[in-house]
Parts: sequence; C-alpha cells; structure tokens
Amino acid sequence: TRHLKTLALTLGNCHGQKIYMRSPPIPEMATQEVQLNETLAHLKTESETLKSKLEEERAKLHDVELHQVAEKVEGLGQFVMKTRRTLKGHGNKVLCMDWCKDKRRIVSSSQDGKVIVWDAFTTNKEHAVTMPCTWVMACAYAPSGCAVACGGLDNKCSVYPLSLDKNENLAAKKKSVAMHTNYLSACSFTNSDMQILTSSGDGTCALWDVESGQLLQSFHGHAADVLCLDLAPSETGNTFVSGGCDKKANVWDMRSGQCIQSFETHESDINSVRYYPSGDAFASGSDDATCRLYDLRADREVAIYSKESIIFGVSSVDFSLSGRLLFGGYNDYTINVWDVLKGTRVSILFGHENRVSTLRVSPDGTAFCTGSWDHTLRIWA
Amino acid sequence: MTINTLAKGGWYREQMTCFRKMEKVIVAMQDPDMGMKMRNQRLLITVIPHAMTGRDVIDWLIQKYNICEEEALHVGGMLVRYGYIYPLKEPRSLVLRADETPYRFQTPYFWTSTRWPASELDYAIYLAKKNIRKQGELMEYEKERYSLLHKRINHTWDFVVMQAREQLRASKQRRKADRIVLECQEQAYWLINRPPPGAHNVLDMGLEKPNNFSLRVTLNSDYYKREIESCRRALGRNRVKSSICLEGFVKFSEQYQNHDPIMQGCLPSNPWISDDTAHWTMNSEIVPVPTRLRVERWSFSFMELLNDPIGRREFMTYLEKEFSAENLCFWQACEDIRHGESSKIIQKVEDVYKNFLAPGAARWVNIDSKTMDKTLEGIKHPHRFVMDDAQLHIYFLMKKDSYPRYLKSDLYKNMLAKAIVPQETKKSVFPFMRRQRHSSPSPAQAVTQVTEEDGRAMGAGKAGTNSAAGSHV
Repeated sequence: TRHLKTLALTLGNCHGQKIYMRSPPIPEMATQEVQLNETLAHLKTESETLKSKLEEERAKLHDVELHQVAEKVEGLGQFVMKTRRTLKGHGNKVLCMDWCKDKRRIVSSSQDGKVIVWDAFTTNKEHAVTMPCTWVMACAYAPSGCAVACGGLDNKCSVYPLSLDKNENLAAKKKSVAMHTNYLSACSFTNSDMQILTSSGDGTCALWDVESGQLLQSFHGHAADVLCLDLAPSETGNTFVSGGCDKKANVWDMRSGQCIQSFETHESDINSVRYYPSGDAFASGSDDATCRLYDLRADREVAIYSKESIIFGVSSVDFSLSGRLLFGGYNDYTINVWDVLKGTRVSILFGHENRVSTLRVSPDGTAFCTGSWDHTLRIWA
Repeated sequence: MTINTLAKGGWYREQMTCFRKMEKVIVAMQDPDMGMKMRNQRLLITVIPHAMTGRDVIDWLIQKYNICEEEALHVGGMLVRYGYIYPLKEPRSLVLRADETPYRFQTPYFWTSTRWPASELDYAIYLAKKNIRKQGELMEYEKERYSLLHKRINHTWDFVVMQAREQLRASKQRRKADRIVLECQEQAYWLINRPPPGAHNVLDMGLEKPNNFSLRVTLNSDYYKREIESCRRALGRNRVKSSICLEGFVKFSEQYQNHDPIMQGCLPSNPWISDDTAHWTMNSEIVPVPTRLRVERWSFSFMELLNDPIGRREFMTYLEKEFSAENLCFWQACEDIRHGESSKIIQKVEDVYKNFLAPGAARWVNIDSKTMDKTLEGIKHPHRFVMDDAQLHIYFLMKKDSYPRYLKSDLYKNMLAKAIVPQETKKSVFPFMRRQRHSSPSPAQAVTQVTEEDGRAMGAGKAGTNSAAGSHV
C-alpha cells in the first residue's frame, strides 16, 4: 500500500542509522520493502563506483590523441559535394532510409505511414506501401533486395516482399516479425533475409527469426528508449552497437544477449551509431551537437567532432568507404563533413529546408543519401 | 533544471539545449566589448534605437566562429528563425539578409524558452488586442484562430477582452518608438509560436520521446545487477594502448583511400555525377574480368576476399588445387546455418555432420579434438550457433595458412595482371547534354520467376545485378 511504501522510502534513505519509530509499528511486509530499497540503493552505489573505476582503467592506456597520431597524414583539400538527385514523393517528413545492395535502389519511410522503394539513379518510384500506422521511424532493405522491413508507432517490425506485379497489393503479403511494447526506432537485417535486429522505445533491442516471427534473443541494459543500432562488419559477425536516450552506447554479443562494452560520454540522447569500416570502432551522433568516435580495442572514446558554431543536434552519421570522412546530418538542416583522423570539419553542405533525419552512405561509397523533414531525399556525390 | 523541465518530454529537453546555446550566442553578440556595434534605425518617420543590419550580424559571426559567409548566414538565419533576432522592415519574413536590412534583438521576455509552451490564453489576448487595434481587420488565418479560441476558452473570454483593453491602454501611454518596438517584439514572438499556415514551424517537435523520469525501463535491482555484472566484465577485459589502436585508423584509411569514391573519385566515372553506369557494370557481382582495384582489395584482408563472390570463387579454385577446398565448403555451410531459416537448422546441421565431421566423411575437415568434441556434443541439441567454434577454427586456419599463400600464388598474380583499369571518362564537352538515365532490373524481379523451393536469397540477388548494362525497362 502507498502509505507503507512512503514509510519504506523514507527509511530507505536513512540506512545505517537507528530509526526510532513512533506508532504505528511497521508490519512485516513493510520491513521487506525497507530491505529491498536499501539493497537497491546499495546496488546503485556499487554500480556507480564500478563505473568510475572503469573510467580510471580506460584512461590508463590512453597515451596519445588521435589528431596527434594523424599529424603526419596529408590534409584534405577543398571538398565539393552537390545534390545529384532529389527524390520527391513523400507527403510528409522523411524519417528513415536504407540502401539496397545493388548500390542504386533505396527504401524510405515517412511520418504519414508511407514506405517507398525508389531507383534513386532514375528517381523512379518502384514500390509504395501505406503502413497502418504513422511515424514509420525505421526501414531496412533486405540483403537479397527482395524485401523491405519497416515499423514505427505500431510497435512492430513487418517485412514486405517486393513484387514487380503492378496489380499486387504489397500490403497483402505483409509479414509481422517483431513485437515490442513501444515504438520501433530502428531495424536492420543481419547477413541474410532470415533475421532482423530491432531497437525500440521500450528500452530493448531484439533479434528475430523472420520465417517464424520468433524472438531469438533480447538485449536489456539501456535505461531508456533505444534509438539506433548498427551491425558490426567483423570477421566473426556476432556483435552490434546500440545508442539510446540514456546517453549510452552499448556493444552487444548477439549470441548471449550480454552487453560487452558500454560507453557513456555523450551529454544527451544518442540518435545514431555507425561502425567504422574495419569494425574496430564506431561513431555516434547526439542531441548534444557532437559526433564521437569510440575505439573498441582501446575501450574508450577517442575523438569528439564538434564546433562552437554547430548548435543543433546530430540525427544520423555514416562513414565514407575508407573511414576517413564522417558525414553527419543535423537538426539545423545541414550536413557537416568531418576528417575522422584530424578531427576537423572539412565541409558544410546546405540544401535541405528542414531537419536532416537520416543519412546513409551507399554500399559502394559512391554517394550518400539524406532524408529530411522537408519531405525529400537527396543523393550527394 | 527545474522540476518543470524534467516533467516535460524529451523534445523539450532537446530544444531547451539548443535554446540555451543560441542564447549564449545572443548574449555574446551584445557584449559591450566584443559584441556588435549598434545604431539607430529609421523606420519611416520613427527612429528605433539599438538596431543592427544583417551585414553586421554576419560579419560578427564570421569573425567570432571563423566560418565562411554562407555558414554565418545560416547560423544567423537560425537565430532569426527562432526569434532571437527579428527584422524591422518586413516583420513577417523571418529571414536574415546579408545587407543593410535592419534587425533588432528580441527581449528575453519574449524568448520562446522563457515561457514555453506559449499559452492559449496569451495568444487569445494578443489576437484580441490586434482585433481591437485593427478594428476587426485581422488576417484570414488569425480570424479563424480567433473564433476557434473564442469557442474553446469561452468561459474566460471576459478576462481576455479585459486584459487586451488594459494592455492597449497601457501601451498608448508609451512613447511611439517604444510602442512600435513592443508591437514588433510581440508580433515576432507569435510568428514563431503560432506560425501562419504553410509557414515553416521551427518549433515542430516531432515524436515525443520520454523524459528521464517516467521510464519505460524500471531501474530495479535486476537492472543494477546487470550493470554491475557488465562493469565487472569490462574491468577485466584486455585493453590496447591508444597509440597502437589509433595508428590502425591511419593505416586503414591510407590503404582504402584509393578505393573511396568520395575521396578519390572512381573510374571510369561516378555514376551519380556523370549519369553513366559503366562503373557499376564493370563492378557487378559477377563479371568476366574484375577491375584492378577490386582484385587489389582481396589482399587487404581475408574478409575482403571472402565477401567478394569472384574472390571467393578464385580462392575455392586455389584450395581445390591444394586439396583443401573442404575447408571453405565447410565454412560456407556453417554460414548458411547461422544466417538461414530456423526451420532448416536441424537438417543443415545433420548434413554438415555427415559431409564434414563424421569419421570417414567425404569432405572431412581437420579440427582440433577439443573443438570437435564440443561440437559433437552440441550437435545432439542442434541450434543456430552450434557450429560456431568449429567454423571459427577453420576460418582462422584458412586465414593464417591458405590465404597468405593464395596471395603469393600465380593464380592471384595472374588475376591482378589481367584485371581491368578503366579509362577515366572526361566530362562531356557539352555539359548541358545529360545522358539518359537507364533503369536496371530490380533485384525483386527474380522472386516472381523462381519457385518458393529454390528461391535462395543469394541467387536471386545475383540475377538482379547481372544485366545492368544499359538495359531499358
């Protein structure tokens, strides 16, 4: 009961002291609650102490900064990147996009529930689906190019096989795969069409079997909404990274469900995470207007990409093919291009008329695509 | 942060951070020593004090942040869009112009962050004042909103009208210049907090994310126990010195620089720039002769070789010559288990055992006894990852042994020698002539032609990208 809980909470804050009770005496149930709350407080303190210790350990092997190591590297010249294609067709904010392995097709999703598959090269729309929900925040292209996955406020991730039959209603063949208890923020196929990894506003990530819709593994550890994820391009292909509203970026073992590494240096929500092409590091973009680079072998943050004149949050990040450039889409409608090694801002690109909400480099690195709240997508090269 | 801040949502948190940063800029702009020079501006017959031109704003930003004109225009433009600076001459156009157009700083009283969100009551009073002052000549959308508000907060309408009258009376007693300034400030505030229909709404929040204190995740003892466990494991992990790790990035970027189309361009040309898909055609999944850059990449890492279908095929040919092709076949079969349908796992594991692991198997793979025992034990209850250890063992065997030898082999050297180096296509003499952009067959096409049984994902993908050369759809 509430009354007892209040008493328990008050007592919980006074651990170590002798409490002299006035009437009424505490019945047994409340004593249990008192013990639980003291344990919780102890656990929290222990967790925080360990975290501090971890930061100390991480700092011990940090003998040089990235930009120092990069001093010998040749600087980058003037960068000219322009919008080469503008894809118009969404009736509302574009929230997410993904490339097909064929290097020219993309899938995009928007606030009004529309999911469109485009041949970005010709700018032709090839497929369109209307989801039963609004705010389709996540979409992904299947590795085979034969299906797309998407979801959002429906709390689900659904797979739509792509058919070239113009008369076919794509929605008819829809397959519900993932079920979360809150909105779907991101989704990605793993190495095949058979498994999907999702992240959700319910604070968890999950791995699903597409065929059966079965939950294969769930990942708990974030303290708030998980907003983004990315699969590691490693030899063993068993890990992924996620970022959330708790300002944490977590690296997970897909097999065991365990969190193997955790980084908490951002000052605000992490909106995007992306692996460095070698898989040895990942970058993150946050509402705190910075992008950061985390090295997985050094187990620490190794670079911050920020500038005083950049005030607005980063919504999405991605690397160029060689990992030398980091592209960031920002909430102030711009794209900032960073020299990953030297830490400097190489270029700022204008064009969108509202927030850039999503940004992905094409599979062969020839271009990158941005989606915006201005209803359009742009291809830059 | 106050309790109020915490109670509101994630979007509030996000916007407030930006507001605070913009406000810092605004304060710096008005610094007596390092700030901008202000002057009086003439507005028709009235003189407005403490004004600056758009040019002033941009110059100051260029100087302060060491940025170019375009970026300064953008940053300054955001300050105008968010109402921290408002234009005197064309108040409805919240745009920063890089010329003598006069602007003024918004008073902190009317900063969006000061009283957020803007209240319906205040808006009603504002519209009422305007209505009275203009004798009913409000803008169309203002009239609509006014009548909507009238319906919605009808019960307080007397108060609204009374307040409006009071404020109008009080303002009449001010100097004209002050009155004009106050009207401008108030108008700017409402243009942002209640933008006209069709106008850009900077305060568009998007989807509301939760605040830190109404979590969808319970921070109970389980949560903290997991955190502690994670931390303990993390403390025990081996770390590598930064100097070694960071050197790795320099090397990687250097190695891949020529392969990065955005950094170095690509041959014959970047399709997105030239509208010519030759680059894609030459680099299709399966081509008779791959390009030199592609074959070079196989030497960067074992994973690069395996990830390329042609590379993998070449490596298989090499292994066949060395009578160790079963290793690659085994590895592929394990990948298939790991990434394939759940329903097929049991069958596939059985096949793999029969073909590769059983004593006397046709393509027996050489795994150390410890791993073999563990795998055989696991096979009794087959699951997706049961072959992981064995697969890893064979992977590293190939990586350490066969792969380096392949790179030194004639097979690879010949591949490299006959690889294509495309000629760079010079930009067209007539830049206005745009090439026709040809469609390519969709990867999805194959699905309708293949039956469910043999519609393997990888096969379908290849078919789609094969015939991309200038085909019309």
